[in-house]
Amino acid sequence: MWLWFHKLGSPKYFWTISGRLIPWLGGVTGVLMAVGLYLGLFVAPPDYQQGESYRIMFIHVPSAWNSMFIYLVMAVSAAIGLIWKMKVADSVAAASAPIGASFTLATLVTGSLWGKPMWGTWWVWDARLTSELILLFLYMGFMALQSTIEDRQKAARASAVLAIVGAVNVPIIYYSVIWWNTLHQPPTLSMAGTAAIVPSMLIPLLILAFAFKFFYVTVLLMRTRCEVLERERNSAWVQELAQEADTNLTPALSRSRAE
Amino acid sequence: MADSGLIKVFGILVWRDLLLALRRRAQIMNPLMFFVIVVTLFPLGIGPEPNLLQTLAPGVIWVAALLAAMLSLESIFHSDFEDGSLEQLLLIPHPLSVTVLAKAAAHWLTTGLPLLFLAPLLAVLLHLPNEAIRVLVLSLVLGTPVLSLIGAIGVALTVGLRRGGVLLSLLVLPLYIPVLIFAAGAVDNAAGGLPVTAHLSILGALLAFTLSLSPWAAAAALRISVE
Repeated sequence: MWLWFHKLGSPKYFWTISGRLIPWLGGVTGVLMAVGLYLGLFVAPPDYQQGESYRIMFIHVPSAWNSMFIYLVMAVSAAIGLIWKMKVADSVAAASAPIGASFTLATLVTGSLWGKPMWGTWWVWDARLTSELILLFLYMGFMALQSTIEDRQKAARASAVLAIVGAVNVPIIYYSVIWWNTLHQPPTLSMAGTAAIVPSMLIPLLILAFAFKFFYVTVLLMRTRCEVLERERNSAWVQELAQEADTNLTPALSRSRAE
Repeated sequence: MADSGLIKVFGILVWRDLLLALRRRAQIMNPLMFFVIVVTLFPLGIGPEPNLLQTLAPGVIWVAALLAAMLSLESIFHSDFEDGSLEQLLLIPHPLSVTVLAKAAAHWLTTGLPLLFLAPLLAVLLHLPNEAIRVLVLSLVLGTPVLSLIGAIGVALTVGLRRGGVLLSLLVLPLYIPVLIFAAGAVDNAAGGLPVTAHLSILGALLAFTLSLSPWAAAAALRISVE
């Protein structure tokens, strides 16, 4: 177990193993996504209260779960990178942030698209909406700090401190927003009662939740591979890779030149 | 023996920063002027109706306090970084968290403390009732040190960067949200005649929490930024 963990910490090993995993993970993502969307959009019955527009939940809820899950992954891997100086963990944290921010944005957009017909407004200052918006701000701060510091290693360590401080603050912010909300307006709105959901709606939701997780892991591995290559561009194995790619390309290039 | 040493170092550092601030009085005055001007802008933008101003007053005063604290944050480490004394401070054999705590304390004494005296005046201008003004001062006593302490982490992360100012606001303002909620909520409740102990207790808890943890985080960030 530990040997495997240490091996994964080596950028070169990570590069090869992730290259082998990506097609499988992508395939699983595709299959789950297709099945889930089919069940959700065509098989599941329309809601007796919300009609067809509840179907946006099949995108909205998995995005929302992912947005929080990814922040956790980002903070934990940033901490691992900071404490054990594991380079791949730094890359994972850096690659996670834009994906997490996109899911957060998707959650907000789909939420307000659903809110317009259901609540009559695009936006209410509901506790969940507000805390999701603040989560987006936290992601943006992390990415802004990461892109401002030029030295990559320094950027990784500085933003790791920020991610940890943010992770400590997320529950505090979440609960303070809930309290603020109940103080300022009566809790008139709550999301569709997930406890009383029928199986024909629940099953596609769960399948899509898994599909979104697999999608995240696939994209994460792809982005992390890019990060790893960029960070290791001066190491011998990356040079070798570049040379290999070069020799593979040169015949094609010279042929095109000859023509 | 070691403890008295730490306290002495803490005192020396606070005294040094206070002296530096006193010699550059604009550094103390500018955030305060900013605070007053921002609060004055709101009646001009919204209209002079007393009831409306009274409802908005807690939020307006606290948002202005957040912004004033944030604008002055850079003074915690920036000038020391420019003239190289920050590196010397990193080298002293005492824990860096004590240095950071002293710096944050000096920042609070020069920017948070004066707000306690200005805020009641502005609250009168915005027609807040007397009971609410008392709670406003209490909430500032508990809340503004938290701003300095969280801000110290942000400045420590951005100290070596060009154009770190806007970035600093991106990093720090989301973390200020709980303070804003509970402080403005306390003043709001007081204006409406509702109990305020719960809000003030949570503010106190936030203060205790940041007081004990933020010096460590800021020290770690400082070590990364200055190397």
